[in-house]
Order: sequence, then structure tokens, then C-alpha cells
Amino acid sequence: MLKINNLHVSVADKPILKGLTLEVPAGEVHAVMGPNGAGKSTLGYSLSGRPGYEVTDGSASWNGQDLLGLDPAERAAAGVFLSFQYPMEIPGVPAMTFIRTALNAQKRARGEEEVSAPAFLKQVKAASQALKMDFDMLKRPLNVGFSGGEKKRMEILQMALLEPSLLILDETDSGLDIDALRIVSEGVNALRRADRSMLVITHYQRLLDYIKPDKVHVLAAGRIVASGGPELALELEAEGYDKFLPTAA
Amino acid sequence: MAAVKETVEAVAALEKYEHGFTSDIETEYAPRGLNADIIRFISEKKGEPEWMLEWRLAAYERWLAMEEPTWAAVKYEPVDYQDLFYYAAPKQKEGPKSLDEVDPELLAVYAKLGIPLGEQAVLAGVEGAPRYAVDAVFDSVSVVTTFKAELAKVGVIFMPISEALREYPDLVRQYLGSVVPVSDNYFAALNSAVFSDGSFVYIPPGVKCPMELSTYFRINASQTGQFERTLIIADKGSYVSYLEGCTAPMRDENQLHAAVVEIVALDDAEVKYSTVQNWYPGDAEGKGGIYNFVTKRADCRGDRSKVSWTQVETGSAVTWKYPSCILKGEESSGEFYSIAITNGHQQADTGTKMIHLGKNSKSRIIAKAVSAGKSDSTYRGLVSVHPKATGVRNFTQCDSLLIGKECGSHTIPYIEARNGSAQLEHEATTTRLSEDQLFYAQQRGLSEEEAVALLVNGFVRDVMQKLPMEFAVEAQKLVAISLEGSVG
Repeated sequence: MLKINNLHVSVADKPILKGLTLEVPAGEVHAVMGPNGAGKSTLGYSLSGRPGYEVTDGSASWNGQDLLGLDPAERAAAGVFLSFQYPMEIPGVPAMTFIRTALNAQKRARGEEEVSAPAFLKQVKAASQALKMDFDMLKRPLNVGFSGGEKKRMEILQMALLEPSLLILDETDSGLDIDALRIVSEGVNALRRADRSMLVITHYQRLLDYIKPDKVHVLAAGRIVASGGPELALELEAEGYDKFLPTAA
Repeated sequence: MAAVKETVEAVAALEKYEHGFTSDIETEYAPRGLNADIIRFISEKKGEPEWMLEWRLAAYERWLAMEEPTWAAVKYEPVDYQDLFYYAAPKQKEGPKSLDEVDPELLAVYAKLGIPLGEQAVLAGVEGAPRYAVDAVFDSVSVVTTFKAELAKVGVIFMPISEALREYPDLVRQYLGSVVPVSDNYFAALNSAVFSDGSFVYIPPGVKCPMELSTYFRINASQTGQFERTLIIADKGSYVSYLEGCTAPMRDENQLHAAVVEIVALDDAEVKYSTVQNWYPGDAEGKGGIYNFVTKRADCRGDRSKVSWTQVETGSAVTWKYPSCILKGEESSGEFYSIAITNGHQQADTGTKMIHLGKNSKSRIIAKAVSAGKSDSTYRGLVSVHPKATGVRNFTQCDSLLIGKECGSHTIPYIEARNGSAQLEHEATTTRLSEDQLFYAQQRGLSEEEAVALLVNGFVRDVMQKLPMEFAVEAQKLVAISLEGSVG
């Protein structure tokens, strides 16, 4: 279970999250929706430990383990995966090399045996087929020259291969056309499991047509201001965020 | 793929400079300092012909009249040339050496360095035994050369240059100093006067050398300069791939390494020369380390001849080095692929010269500089086109990567085109190691140092791929190790 309690986070001394409290039980998918500037991406970065996102108060734990005291790699080894809104290009490092290096680093950190090259190749082939990705793409430097949709698919592929337990998707639908959105969503849905939790951060409801959340939370001005079932997302789509903004409250 | 994994492992597993050990080998020295008698001493030790001694003494005269160059963008404490030993040799039997006769202590040093000196395994057909010939130079002398007999079967001569001076004096005399003249520069003149050993390679016409040749330089003795001399002659239509590696113990003094490498490529010959330079770079405060002042030049004398320099420079306190090609032959071609990594207080001023004299000659330069810590790196290059050289082409690409806020990187390309038909291209980029990329890799599970090593190996990959397979893995590890402690 992901437990976030009264989380305060500042970026360059400017408070962004101001007492965010949220729980995602194992096996559930929760959506966090909110207007621009509400702190949605900050939530993802804070949980994954990005430098510059200073936690000033509160706590966050995953399956009872405090996350905030760990460095980013330790959090990854503990099962945290952040699918980036804008995935990075890594020149000169083939995608497959990147993923295998990361996977083995995590396995070493957990004291597990590393995956062999042939076994990994098999996994990659299966996973890339499921996401309808050209296998040759995995031999190219990671994300270099990839389209927005290809980059997002690559994020989901990494997610499938690294097998995290806490999956945070930051605006995964941005930049995707409708076909790509479907494929990516199917990829995410395939990763649903009783021992996994997912936090789907999104501005628009449309992603939630494909990835059905158990719960929807509204994030505005750095706090969760409303929570409800999937119908809350439809309501937001129809009425906008206005009523949740501080001036309207 | 495996190589990158090993890179990452290496970061975790290895000490900062793993070759920094000293070995207790009984050593014979020449008296300290430099004068004509010292040169006579070295020449006599080597049993050289009279003309060689005269050649050395003439070089010494020239050197005395020259001044140390100051144009490079490096600063270092002046070298006291009278306070050095110019000859240091492990005490062992003279004469032709087989592996059995080499001091086991010495063999142990090379084993510790991971240099395969055993040829029995290969000759006995053991699978996976490294199959390349090694000339092992320890301080001032070559201690052993492997696979000599095997190579001789196809007419390839691979031996210490001191031995070649005795066995093939005419061949050596014909080519020695013909690419790098005695008076070429201060350090080349010094080397010509006092060089004590190095490798000699001759590939006969039409022969493709059946294995990689390599020389492994080790400085062990303290207060000793190493002055090796390498001469490679690729006769018509021949091919050879050659690699040199270098390490030295950690000492808090600066040690001088002033080598000269000459390559001659005749018609249709091709030489690939790769360097993995890992001299001791000095400690975190910049104390100690090797002064690496080296002159390397290839003469593409023959039509359609081709010479390719690939260097991975990670060591040395100060590097001053410009492996160059004189493209004399028509349609001859020169390549320079360089990775220069500096960390701590290291300084590197390195690059190349491509001198186009022949018609339709072409050259290609790809230089990658990675600077970290408080280090400073300069690419200095010259592309020159002679008035009579028509149809010349050059492509130059210089990329710099900066890690941290206290390092420096400079690119100084000179272009002299005196023929209007030349097509010269130059591209250059300078980037800082991106925090965003670092975090992305860390989020996927890499530690900060693993992430840096992976990103830097990606940055230098184009050049790394030019190295022979066996050495690429080693070089990738080196990249990781030399950048340890560069962030955070």
C-alpha cells in the first residue's frame, strides 16, 4: 500500500505540495486529476526522489517502507517506477542495453541473481510484441529520434520488463493519438496485478476510458481536495476544475 | 551489451587507479642525468651499430639547442632533465628471450595487469585463449615479445626495436626518423637521443598480419623517464592492427614519458593503431602523475594507403599529443578517432594533424572530450591542404561533454586550404552532462556513478566502436573508473 501523509514539497523554495494525503491499496488503480500547476508532476517526482524537490514535511511509504529517505535508485529497487511525461533521450546507449543495465542494477540492489543475456532477450521480444513495437527499435539508442508515441510505448515496455510494484504514470496520454493511446493503455492494463498499485496522473478524462481507475482524486493547489469513484472523472470532464480551485472554494 | 554491464560492475568493484602498485624488481640504472656519456652508455647497453650512436648524439646536440614548447594549453612544473634516470632495466639475462627465461617476478607483474604473455595456451589450441602478440616494455627495456616465431612464418617482424637494430639494421636505418625527423620538436629530439626500447614491426608486401600486435608499456622505477620508440612499416598491400597500452605506479612525483611512434604505409597498405592510455593521472589534489609528451605520426607514403589512429586517453597528469597523418599518396586516407577523458586536476591538450599532399586524399576526425572535476581538456587540430592536392576531403567532428562546474573544454581547429577544390567540413558541440538524463537513469535503478558511466559510454560510443573488440571492453571499464567521484 502507498501511504502519503501530509506531504509538503517545495521547488526552489516555492511550496508546491501543501499537505497532500493519499492512500492507494495494493491491487488498486487510482487516478490523480487536476488543473495545470496543481502539483501533479511534482507528486510523481517527489515519490521517485528527483533532486530539487525538497520535502519539507510529511511522509510517504510504500508497503511500510519509508521512501523519502532513499535515493532514486534505491526507490527504483524498492519497486517505484515513474513513467515520465517527457522521457529522456539517451544518445549512444541502445534501448536494450539501457533496460538490461537498469534491471540488473535493481536485481543487484535487492540481492537477486542477474538476468542472463539470452533470458533477457526472450523477455524483451515478448514484451515488445505485446506493445506492437518493432524489435529493431530496441537496438537503437534509447528514445533518440523516437516520436512522442514511441517514447511512451518505450516507457511502458520498460515498466513491463523492470516489473515494479508501484507504477506512477505521469501524463502518459499526452502526445498520443487514439491508436497509440489504446495500445499503451492495453499495455498498462496488462500490468495490473493484486500486489501492484498504480497512480495515474492525468489532466484529461480520456485516458481513464481505457485505464479504469478504482478511485479518482482531485489535486488542486497542492492538496487532494476531492476523492470519489470513476464518475468523478466524468464530472470533471463536464464541469471543469473551477469549483475545486482555491478562489472558488 | 555485456560490455556496458561490465562497465557498471567495474565502477563498483575497482579501486580508483587499479594499476598503481609498484613491483619490487631488481633494477639496473644508468647514472642520473643526461650528457653524451649517458647516451653512449645506453647505446652500448643495446649493442648498437656505430651509426646509431652518432644518430643519437646528433639528436642530443639538436635538443640542447632547442627550447621546450609552451604553446599548449597546459601548465606544469618544469622538468629538471638532469635529475632523471634515462635508463632503468630489470636485471635479467641478456640476449634472445623466451618466456621460460623471463624473471617470474616480471611475468607476475603482467599477470596482475591482465596482460596475456602466455602463448602456450594458444599454440596448444586452448579455446578462448587471447590470441594477440604482445611486446612487453618494462621501464627502459622490452622484457619479452610473444608469438615472434608464429609471426615470422608469414614474414612479419615483431620485436623490440633494440633487437631490430642488431638483426635488421638496414631496415631500421632506412625508416627511422623518416617520419618524425630528429629535430621535429623538443620531445622528439630528446627521445631520439635517449630512447631505450620500443617495438619494431615490419609487414611484408601483401601480408595481412594474422593477429593483433600490441605493446604494453609499464613504468615501474621511480625518477625515471620512459622514452620508447616504435616504428611500424607496412609494405605494399599489407595490413596490420596494432595496440598500445600503458600504466604506471602511483607516485607523488611527476614522471616523464616522451615517446615517438613512426608509421610508414606504402601503396595500398593499411595500419590501424589503437592506444589505450592509462598512465597514473596523479592524486585528487593533482600531486604526481605522468607527463605524457608524445609525438606520433604516420606517413601515408603510398597511393591508396590508409592509417587510422584510435586513442582512448584516460590517464596522465598532463597530455601533449597529436597523432597525425601525412597524406602523401594519391587517394591515401587518414583517420583520427579520439576519446580524451580528464578528471581531478588532469590536463590534456590533444588532437591531430592531417596534412594533405596527395591528390584525392581524404581524412576523417572524430574527437570526443569528456572533462570532469577540475580538469581541462583542449582539442587542437590542423587540416592542411597543399596547393597541388586536388580533390581533398576532410570531415571533422569535435564533441565535448562537461561534468560539473569546475572543468574546462576547448576546441582549437586550424584549417589551411590552399587548393580551392578541397571539401572540408567541421562540426563541434559542447554539452553539459544533463541532470535530467541522470535522474532518468537513476529512476530506472542506476546509482549516480553507474548512470554517469552509462551516459558517458553512450557519448563516446562512435569512437569506442573503432577499437578492436578485445580492447573495447577494457576501454569501457576504464571510462567508468576514470570518472569515479566526478559527480556529487
